[in-house]
Amino acid sequence: MSSLTLLFLIAALGLVAWVVARARARRFRRSARQRFSSLPQHHGWYVALCTVVPALTFLLIWYLVSPALVTDAVLASPRAATLPTAGFERAAILSEAREIAAGRAFGAFTPLADGLAPAYAAAQTRFDAIGTTVALLLAFAGGAWSFLRVRPGFSARTHNERLVMALLLAASLVAIAISAGIVLSLLVESARFFRMVPIGDFLLGTRWNPSVIDPDDPGAALGAVPLFWGTFFIGAVIAMAVAVPLGLMSAIYLTQYATPRTRRWIKPLLEVLAGVPTVVYGYFAALTVAPAVRQAGAALGIASASSESALAAGLVMGIMIIPFVSSMADDSLAAVPAAMRDGSLAMGATSAETIKRVLVPAALPGVIGGVLLAVSRAVGETMIVVMAASGVATLTLNPFASTTTVTKQIVDLLTGEAAFTSAKTLAAFALGLTLFVVTLLLNIVALMVVRRYREAYE
Amino acid sequence: MSKSLVPHAPVSTAEVEPHRPTDWRSIAMERRIRRRYAAERRFRLLGLGAVVVSAGFLAFLLVVMIAQGHLGFVETRVALPLDLRQARLGLTAERLRGPGADLALAGAGLERAVDAAANRAYPMQGGAALLSDGAWLRVRDRIKRDPHLLSRPFMLTLPVASAIDVAAKGNGTPAAERSVAALGPRLSRGIAWSFFSGADSTDATRAGIWGGLKGSLLTMLVTLALAFPIGVLSAIYLEEYAPRNRATDFLEVSINNLAAVPSIVFGLLGLAVFIGTLHLPRSAPIVGGLTLALMTMPVIVIASRNAIRAVAPSIRDAALAVGASPIQVVSHHVLPLAAPGILTGTIIGMARALGETAPLLMIGMRAFIAAPPGSLTDPATALPVQIFLWSDQVSRGFVEKTSAAILVLLVFLLAMNGVAILLRNRFETRW
Repeated sequence: MSSLTLLFLIAALGLVAWVVARARARRFRRSARQRFSSLPQHHGWYVALCTVVPALTFLLIWYLVSPALVTDAVLASPRAATLPTAGFERAAILSEAREIAAGRAFGAFTPLADGLAPAYAAAQTRFDAIGTTVALLLAFAGGAWSFLRVRPGFSARTHNERLVMALLLAASLVAIAISAGIVLSLLVESARFFRMVPIGDFLLGTRWNPSVIDPDDPGAALGAVPLFWGTFFIGAVIAMAVAVPLGLMSAIYLTQYATPRTRRWIKPLLEVLAGVPTVVYGYFAALTVAPAVRQAGAALGIASASSESALAAGLVMGIMIIPFVSSMADDSLAAVPAAMRDGSLAMGATSAETIKRVLVPAALPGVIGGVLLAVSRAVGETMIVVMAASGVATLTLNPFASTTTVTKQIVDLLTGEAAFTSAKTLAAFALGLTLFVVTLLLNIVALMVVRRYREAYE
Repeated sequence: MSKSLVPHAPVSTAEVEPHRPTDWRSIAMERRIRRRYAAERRFRLLGLGAVVVSAGFLAFLLVVMIAQGHLGFVETRVALPLDLRQARLGLTAERLRGPGADLALAGAGLERAVDAAANRAYPMQGGAALLSDGAWLRVRDRIKRDPHLLSRPFMLTLPVASAIDVAAKGNGTPAAERSVAALGPRLSRGIAWSFFSGADSTDATRAGIWGGLKGSLLTMLVTLALAFPIGVLSAIYLEEYAPRNRATDFLEVSINNLAAVPSIVFGLLGLAVFIGTLHLPRSAPIVGGLTLALMTMPVIVIASRNAIRAVAPSIRDAALAVGASPIQVVSHHVLPLAAPGILTGTIIGMARALGETAPLLMIGMRAFIAAPPGSLTDPATALPVQIFLWSDQVSRGFVEKTSAAILVLLVFLLAMNGVAILLRNRFETRW
């Protein structure tokens, strides 16, 4: 039975349960003084929820777990003993067999996959049957059990609300589950990486060249300092050199000088800059900005001007960040008490003097917090650097030279078809962990700065 | 000034230097004021300049994309006289009515017949090499619609090969430019419908966005189905029912942090959990949707919480006062009032997910997929990933295709954001 049919079946069962339970509750006689706590439809909802929710929860878990179970069952079959023991080849044969079994592919590259396909199909059918049966049993059991509880004195409404509340709580726990999932998956894979490569080599080594990893000493080619420098140089120096002045001055102009009419038009226009997908910026950087930067570098007499320069990626990234800085600056300027501004103006200072001497210093902590948040976003930005920055890791101060970043290397490391267990793939997870920790710290610090500053004026 | 401002106060005369008022007309003072006003004007211009430069970047980006992309919607065609009687295809009009028409036409050697016709008509300009790889498919479709063409000569305009196409648009190699000049009036232009209906291809003239677009739509479907209910439910819980304690604080902090986690980290999570542990199929819309849902959910939670918080407390109190239960207060009163805000936030979150590329690259949606996905578990690509893949192509024909695909993506995003703004303006209630 296909999963869609099953879903419809369960939904239909729920509908039936609703109608039946409601009809039954309607027939309750009530004596003159007795009042029910629940309307008939509350009983209907209660039975319907008890029918549908357990079955759907089971199906969701089953859908996520069963592929692994199927694979295990196939691996236990005698034919699987002839598979290569580990690595990419084994995974490829398995996935090929899976495709054939599902009828998505015809004919195999490897005869082994053809042989495994029937085993796959059989296991798939078996586990599908188990899943369907259990789900339907759960639906019936839930429906029957709750139907028996439909009595005049039963407060279905309260029970419904308790169920709904549990659902709400479960939904908000998903966020914690995701956070835990991120931390755990990054930590587990990174731990495997650090068993191969000493953590000191990774964090302090200055040579990054994953294409020639020496299996005896993988740490020698996996020193991430050039990546950290490149990320910092592009995301925190060049991008901020573009975004901070432009964003701050735009915010000042829009809040202090522009008429409300202009503001109403210009502000959404700037926000469009933040809505443009990063892949578009990346294409723009690679196609238009990078050649221009290289020519400019050549015109300035810089021989090493690269067409994958840090400057091109950083410039475009800065443009992307402008609205972000601008809206943070906007908020913190608006939070400065009007009395301070009015006081300065009343003393005869011009608007510019008021802004420079009073407003900006007063709003500075908020602006700095905003800049830190912007840095954290720039550091995690991927597509612009993937498309416009280079893959060669160099430690350089020259903005026209090619530089690489952490995110670019994560993408490069994971796009080769290497096995899941090589130092090269696992290095991506270690880089991801570093990125996650750094952005998290930046965010925490930024929020602390902003909060403390807000308290100062409240 | 001889009179004191304060009445009855003695005016001192000789002991101290008389305090003279500022002479605003003195030359030094006027210069100073002029300088200050000039600084004021400069500062103001600087601000205006920042706004103009920022908006100018956006305009420049759009102009570049439109200048390159508009040609991607257009294809160059060449008129080709065809006479299929000579080709001896062995086909009859009856066979083309049945369901096996495609197979019959493909097996009958139609492609060879079209190539032969091109070789005859344009021997000097490259013959069959002049035509796009997909040109014979047009002939096939045409014959299917009108089987009588098999028995008489006819003219058909067919798409040309990528090199000629690029040259006809004024950017080709010298050899191709010469061919274009020689063909002259036999070339024409038309809207490239195949760009909207095709999937990825190695030949720029056959490449289309439908494969990527359909992959994106399926991915978004999964994302919406997961992120929207979970996001809204958890926002309701946090805003309306959660007790104020440490656990709730922890929950809030983790949601706010999730919203700031770089998207590529979600991609790593998707790779490790959905593909590495759960063995879901690689590069399938379901995995992409799951990964993007993890990323979109915090955005929806935050937007929904703001919308729910904006509903006036008096409404809740009134509902509670007439006997509604806490759940009824939310479902009958708070949610309907907060719905526009929640929808706006959802649309904005979905727009962001639609433009997202990096997490999809992580879970392997970067393979070359030549057919649109049929289901949630088929290998697929997404529109932004398609753009990324095309941008890496060396062939010149892909430059305009990439920009054209970007324009399509931008139109989708602008439409979504426009709807969001419309919703906000129309239904927003201020209390």
